[in-house]
Amino acid sequence: MMNYPYLIPLFPLMAFAANILFGKKLGKKSALVSIAASTASAALSISAFVNFLRGSVASVSFAWLNVNGAPVMFGILVDQLSLMMLLVVSVIGTLIQVYSTGYMSDDKRFSRFFAYMSLFMFSMLSLVLSNNFMMIYIFWELVGVCSYFLISFWFEKDSAANAGKKAFITTRIGDVGLFIGLAMIFWLSGSPYFSDLPAIAQNPDRVLLTAAAILIFCGAVGKSAQFPLHVWLPDAMEGPTPVSALIHAATMVAAGVYLVARCYPLFAACPAALVVVAYIGIVTAFMAGTIALVVNDIKRILAYSTISQLGYMIAALGCGGYTAGTFHLMTHAFFKALLFLGAGSVIHGVHTQDIRQMGGIFSKMKITAATFIIASLAIAGVPPLAGFWSKDEILVSMFASGNYVIFGLAYLTSIFTAFYMFRLCFIVFFGRPRKADLHAHESPAVMTVPLMVLAFFSIFIGLVGSPLMHNWFGHFVTFGEGHHGGAPAGLIMGASVAAGVIGIAIAFALYILKWQLVPQAVRIRFTWLHTLLINKYYMDEIYLSAIIRPIALLSKYSFRFDKNLIDGVVNWTGLFSLFLSEVKNSFDKHVVDGLVNGAAKLVDLCSGHARRLQTGLIQNYMLFIIAGLVIILFVNLIR
Amino acid sequence: MNFPILSLIAFTPIAGILAVLAVPKKNEKLIRVIATAATGIALLLGIGLMLAYNYRDGAMQFVEKYTWIKTFNISYHLGVDGLSLSMVFLTVLLCFLACIASYRIEGRQKEYFVLYLLLETGMLGTFLALDLFLFYVFWEVVLVPMYFLIGIWGGPRKEYAAIKFFLYTLAGSVFMLLGFIALYFTSNPHTFDILELQKGSGGFAIGFQQIVFMALFLGFAIKVPIFPFHTWLPDAHVEAPTPISVLLAGVLLKMGGYGFFRISYPILPEAAKWFALPLAILGVVNIIYGAFVAMAQIDFKKLVAYSSVSHMGFVLLGLASMTATGMNGALFQMFNHGTITGGMFLLVGVLYDRTHTRDLKSFGGLGAQIPVYAGLLTVFTMGSLGLPGLSGFVSEFLSLLGTFPVFQVITIIAVSGIVVTAAYHLMLLQRVLLGPLNVRWKDITEINRRELVTLVPLMAITLFLGLYPISMLYLQGPSVAMLVEKVKGLLV
Repeated sequence: MMNYPYLIPLFPLMAFAANILFGKKLGKKSALVSIAASTASAALSISAFVNFLRGSVASVSFAWLNVNGAPVMFGILVDQLSLMMLLVVSVIGTLIQVYSTGYMSDDKRFSRFFAYMSLFMFSMLSLVLSNNFMMIYIFWELVGVCSYFLISFWFEKDSAANAGKKAFITTRIGDVGLFIGLAMIFWLSGSPYFSDLPAIAQNPDRVLLTAAAILIFCGAVGKSAQFPLHVWLPDAMEGPTPVSALIHAATMVAAGVYLVARCYPLFAACPAALVVVAYIGIVTAFMAGTIALVVNDIKRILAYSTISQLGYMIAALGCGGYTAGTFHLMTHAFFKALLFLGAGSVIHGVHTQDIRQMGGIFSKMKITAATFIIASLAIAGVPPLAGFWSKDEILVSMFASGNYVIFGLAYLTSIFTAFYMFRLCFIVFFGRPRKADLHAHESPAVMTVPLMVLAFFSIFIGLVGSPLMHNWFGHFVTFGEGHHGGAPAGLIMGASVAAGVIGIAIAFALYILKWQLVPQAVRIRFTWLHTLLINKYYMDEIYLSAIIRPIALLSKYSFRFDKNLIDGVVNWTGLFSLFLSEVKNSFDKHVVDGLVNGAAKLVDLCSGHARRLQTGLIQNYMLFIIAGLVIILFVNLIR
Repeated sequence: MNFPILSLIAFTPIAGILAVLAVPKKNEKLIRVIATAATGIALLLGIGLMLAYNYRDGAMQFVEKYTWIKTFNISYHLGVDGLSLSMVFLTVLLCFLACIASYRIEGRQKEYFVLYLLLETGMLGTFLALDLFLFYVFWEVVLVPMYFLIGIWGGPRKEYAAIKFFLYTLAGSVFMLLGFIALYFTSNPHTFDILELQKGSGGFAIGFQQIVFMALFLGFAIKVPIFPFHTWLPDAHVEAPTPISVLLAGVLLKMGGYGFFRISYPILPEAAKWFALPLAILGVVNIIYGAFVAMAQIDFKKLVAYSSVSHMGFVLLGLASMTATGMNGALFQMFNHGTITGGMFLLVGVLYDRTHTRDLKSFGGLGAQIPVYAGLLTVFTMGSLGLPGLSGFVSEFLSLLGTFPVFQVITIIAVSGIVVTAAYHLMLLQRVLLGPLNVRWKDITEINRRELVTLVPLMAITLFLGLYPISMLYLQGPSVAMLVEKVKGLLV
């Protein structure tokens, strides 16, 4: 069987080139080009996977840059982790692009959209295949810029343009950390290769190593929208919904989780770094989960849910659950992509994003509704759907690590998850339409078929990590953590199911049965909590006044400083020179020249008076001579 | 006796001047053809030079040496190595492209192109000269045509900008000349020859080295420009006509950086080491301060000018590291800044020709009106922002990576600058291309073919070097390695 994993990213790259250069001519065919390319990538990924199982790994590398006198070889890394990601990205990417042909069909920049999607596929697949820090950093930034282009795809809207900018800048803050961490790894070891990480982790300088790990994690915090850099992801929903599904739910935002998993030998050697990872993850999961309880925009609910689930994965990795975290990454990619596409289908049908205006559209959009509910069940952790297995795995690993606080928060979060997802489902699909002119209609087949395929995966993909398949995934993608002996697995499984059921039951009671679970009096006392949540803990406001405004001011004053002081000195020097030359000029004119002229004048004056003596009259001269004689005689006489 | 290709490159523009002078003033078309031909031939010769150059050897190649003024041991000495080859290529390339961009210069085309070609010879000579006296002559030759090009064909405040540029640079070069003379009289036997001076570099006392280094620093720092000597730059850029801005940013600034590489560092290595920390600090100040000031700009051209200040900081930072990686990054950054910022100035010009304004607040939504222009602006802005896949990223990356082992804290501060850099570049894109369309520009025309000809080669180079950067290291690496060995820097 053919085995060319290095071609996997190249097909989408070619599709990008074709669509960006000949987009106008291609028109609607752009979609075919992109879809064909990512189908080829998916096929090659599957073949690489099969070959890997048979023990054949293809490799390729070439010198890309010289650092410290040694070449940095860019190559591909095909292992369990990258294969899993390749399959997830290429399969989901293909399905979402098929869906997009329907969703974007009326858009005036149709081919541009597919060009960007292909560029993203190229970057993401390359990121996954990267064999060293430098290469992953490059594609890390490239997926970021694709995300920027696609978030601000409808750039005529100021909100979309702002959201794209915000996403790029916020993630770049994390990238500063990643960059420094990468430089430290280089400095400590001289090797940028992931394959050398186990050796690098042996470095005796634990402090530096831990610092490097935490700095690398900063990159993940930005990209995977972890607290405190999560603020960009909800705004990123300004982009077209397929973009939200592919980039901001299934793949790119998971890159942070992937990075931590990729560098796991490093993290595993630095317990302090793992603690940071675990707490950042769980704080994110809990915080975003609480916000999702009160949001009313269908895409934003899903966005906060994504943040929360990514926090789950990160926290799992922090607790030593390598398999659990990556497994949840995979299952989540399928059901969250499905949720977004379903939401897109709903938006496509009802032309609003506010769930308060929807209602009772189950009968009008059966496929969308059914698949959406399947995905909701999956994320809520209802057995035997995909999310159940991975979430259970996470809870087990957290419990096994002994971090009971984290376990407790994760458990609470999973109740929240079930609740907000079914709050959404019940309000949107059941009851009566809340807006009179809600003309819901089912989406075309190009949109519903991908939904059904994803629904299939959302139901069954979890089985690969279940006891039913002898925990195949756990043996495939593993960091040698083995079986969690200490944890009461059966008990946790039961509790996990209970969490899902509790959440769904509360939502059912509140939104279908319309029970007043909370007495009015209590509710009023907790309005502040609701306000706090609906304002997303005021994080955006805090950033605006604590960071963005001061930076803008700093920029303004830097310029004033530059103009008035630095350039002022230059201009003053110039003016002072002019002034000096004026002074010298007048000195010249009045003093130096004055002396010269004065001398001349003096001579002139003297000569003027003297001239009078020279009258030319003999009588006068005679008079002078006689007068002179008289004076001389007189003087002599006196002596 | 070899084929004197270097002299040929340097003086092709002079031949062009003679031809232009022979054409009547009214025949502007012929003048343009001749100027384009002259810069084109220089470009072809430059490409030939690149092909003939031996990439395995880091030493001087194609050396030409003739006695010039025997009494003072001054010779006409040219040569090219990995430090200057990319600069020579950058010069002939940008001169050719900016020449095409000069077709729409208004009035007195004959004088314009004569001065333009003289400028090219001056710049090429500066990069090729291996004799300090000759270097100084070419250095000053650049100054005069530049003064007139800004002062005659510039914007509303052209006189102010031209005089400021002229006097400021002249003040710097006076110190530089003093430094040269000091080197001459201290060397034994007295010489202006750069290669000879490099050989005897161990002989200079550290105190002497420090004084000369500072004198040369003033000359070079004003050109680069290094904070706080940078304020001539925004004024000169804003007032200069588009093609001249391109050369100003693309080539003239590099003369300063090149001076460090060719003269200060190899001849005064101990002083260079002694000044490493202050230079690194100035470098990071350039990066961060330049970025902050750029963010406050509402004039498109001024924004690009301040971004140059920021970008040149990476050159200084890499230099100060004295590591092979950092210095490679610094030299590479000079080339990349030339192509990317050169492209940015061309793009500013394209927009200005159509709208007669550079006020960023008056644009908006042009992305939908002129998609090809928008695509190009996006690519160059992303290049300037340091996006991987484009060349600017690699050189900044190398410069930072090379500096990190030497100055950790400074590097960390410099890396944080990438956030501010991203911010002002994205603000630029948003203000010009995104958001609702300003109806004033609803009839704006798309970029034309002539303008595309000037931009596409720069974009191709930016892309190529971004995707396959080791190619540039093959070119400059051996010479940089020799330089690093010479300055006894740490080979880390």
